[in-house]
Amino acid sequence: MEAFGLLLHGFAVLLTGKTLLLMMVGLVLGIFVGVLPGLGGPNGVAILLPLTFTMDPTSAIVMLSCIYWGALFGGAITSILFNIPGEAWSVATTFDGYPMAQQGRAAEALTAAFTSSFIGSLVAVLLITFLAPMISTFALKFGPPEFFAVYLLTFCSFVGLGREAKHKTVISMSLGLLLAGVGMDTVSGQLRMTFGSAELLRGINFLVAVIGLFGISEILLTMEERLALRGHAAGISLRVVLSVWKDLPKYWVTLLRSSVIGCWLGITPGGAIAASFMGYNLAKRFSKDQESFGKGRIEGVFAPETAAHASGTSALLPMLALGIPGSGTAAILLGGLMVWGLNPGPLLFVEHKDFVWGLIASMYLGNVVGLVLVLTTVPIFASILRVPFAAVAPMIVVSCAIGAYAIQNAMFDIWLMLGFGVVGYVFKKIGIPLAPFTLALVLGNRAEDAFRLSMIGSGGDMKVFWSNGLVGTITTLAILLLFWPVIDKALTSVTRMVRPAKA
Amino acid sequence: MVALATQTISSMSNTDIEIVVDDPTAPEENSPAVASTRVVDIVVSLLLLALAVTLGWDNWRTGASWDSTGPQPGYFPFYLSVILGGASLYGLGAAFVSRREATETFVTRAQLRRVLAVFVPTLLFCLATQYLGLYVASFLLIAGFMRLVGKIALWKSVLTAFVFTAVMFVTFDIVFDVIMPKGPLEAALGR
Repeated sequence: MEAFGLLLHGFAVLLTGKTLLLMMVGLVLGIFVGVLPGLGGPNGVAILLPLTFTMDPTSAIVMLSCIYWGALFGGAITSILFNIPGEAWSVATTFDGYPMAQQGRAAEALTAAFTSSFIGSLVAVLLITFLAPMISTFALKFGPPEFFAVYLLTFCSFVGLGREAKHKTVISMSLGLLLAGVGMDTVSGQLRMTFGSAELLRGINFLVAVIGLFGISEILLTMEERLALRGHAAGISLRVVLSVWKDLPKYWVTLLRSSVIGCWLGITPGGAIAASFMGYNLAKRFSKDQESFGKGRIEGVFAPETAAHASGTSALLPMLALGIPGSGTAAILLGGLMVWGLNPGPLLFVEHKDFVWGLIASMYLGNVVGLVLVLTTVPIFASILRVPFAAVAPMIVVSCAIGAYAIQNAMFDIWLMLGFGVVGYVFKKIGIPLAPFTLALVLGNRAEDAFRLSMIGSGGDMKVFWSNGLVGTITTLAILLLFWPVIDKALTSVTRMVRPAKA
Repeated sequence: MVALATQTISSMSNTDIEIVVDDPTAPEENSPAVASTRVVDIVVSLLLLALAVTLGWDNWRTGASWDSTGPQPGYFPFYLSVILGGASLYGLGAAFVSRREATETFVTRAQLRRVLAVFVPTLLFCLATQYLGLYVASFLLIAGFMRLVGKIALWKSVLTAFVFTAVMFVTFDIVFDVIMPKGPLEAALGR
């Protein structure tokens, strides 16, 4: 119940005119970013981050997280009305959302999407409210070996569970970890991998890399596609909203199932994309009338949207409790925390109560405000798509450059951003995933520090990672996950060998 | 590049507005391939390998072993370079044998032309930022890009560019006090 009291305190922190205004601004910018082609959640948050440098951390995080919710809402608008998923996680929403729009049920589909987004987020926020303080209290007992083991677990699960080619995930991750080490070594003060360049002394800033990798490269990729679109933007009337909401209890199984899937995949680094597809597929499999999926069934909108949002929101749980982001966007928010001088991790709950509970309260409030905002303003946002891309593209480039420069006031960073833009474009096209790179770059230094501190503590003995039950379990689990594809294959062949023998 | 269907927002009250956006300069479907995914994959693997060797060597020089205080600064990154090198070598091999990648197109000529139509102006914009300051560069980029690449009317392009740049200047330089690179124009205006 302590959580409840602190949450109320968080609301008290938020309910000022200034914060509410920032919240609205963040949501509008977020929806904007989600609707526009060539921008998405991570890019939007990364580009707009410099705006928040002069704010106090609580206002800043409220605005940034609202941009994130806004982007999550915005992705659904283009998927349903134009069959163009604004985000990878809204691809599954197009399966039934677009057919519904074609049948003239666009308003119904949009209401369903926004409502289920809201429900998914709400379930995830509830989970965060009650689970995050518990996990962080538990994690306060962690020493360097435990932290390194948790980092290892994160990295290994990316390699073992990711759908991309394993060596490409390894490349992406080791490159990120290496680049994180460029510059001054925090322990010994010695220079590493700078090759005598004064510009590299500062190191490679995580946010600069993210702006290039996601912002610039996304524009290059968007230009490859055909940019034509055709669709109807519908206003949503209160009558439609109420009729969809009245039917909502009928779909409670689908909503609950998708929320659980989303929360689970959000906390483990599976991500919103996997969650939305899994939510859709399971809803289809358990349905009595599988044929009607893909032809405009409202459940086909509920299922992926709930899962995607539950996942996108719950990705913030490991970030708050352990300092390990569960998604690319969470990694960027984490980068923001560091800029404001906050040290992400379990101590955050002890040292910065106002901040943490303000953030959690803003998740509740942001989702309620967001729901009302999107329901009332859909036609305006849909017409953003009419703005020619030739006008939008250079503005995005300028915003990216402003963002990259503002972080360290360095012209070199603008060039670095351009370089990362090209790298991101090529990597995406040959299937090297960018999420592990982002995660490795933001966690690199802390993972290395944890490793070195545990090595110093043990006098260079690797056995420290198996020195007690907790750290041993995590390390073993990490190694199991790393080799999971091999183990999985071995298990199947073993069962195959055993079965005929029994028969 | 994207022509607009002219329709006013006023029809919003009918709760249904049609939005049609054409893309007359869209890359043709049958444009010849410039490179296969395999070629690019091999080149990238080689570059990553070279990077791994360079970084590995640098870390070895810094010291990648143990001393009395624990691991030396190069220890952690050295082994990462080894992992990166190993993974790129594997990737090189995998790219050579992959039949799927050999037939896959990395980019067609028409697509490359469009990508360069954004990349080259962005590059010029970065150069201009270095010498003319960010605000002048951003005005030039937006106006130039809209006019030359997007074929949008000159007055619209210039007006949009001016308004956007002015908003950025007011937001960052005046309201939020975030300093951007400035050039001769700002100096002449005394900012």
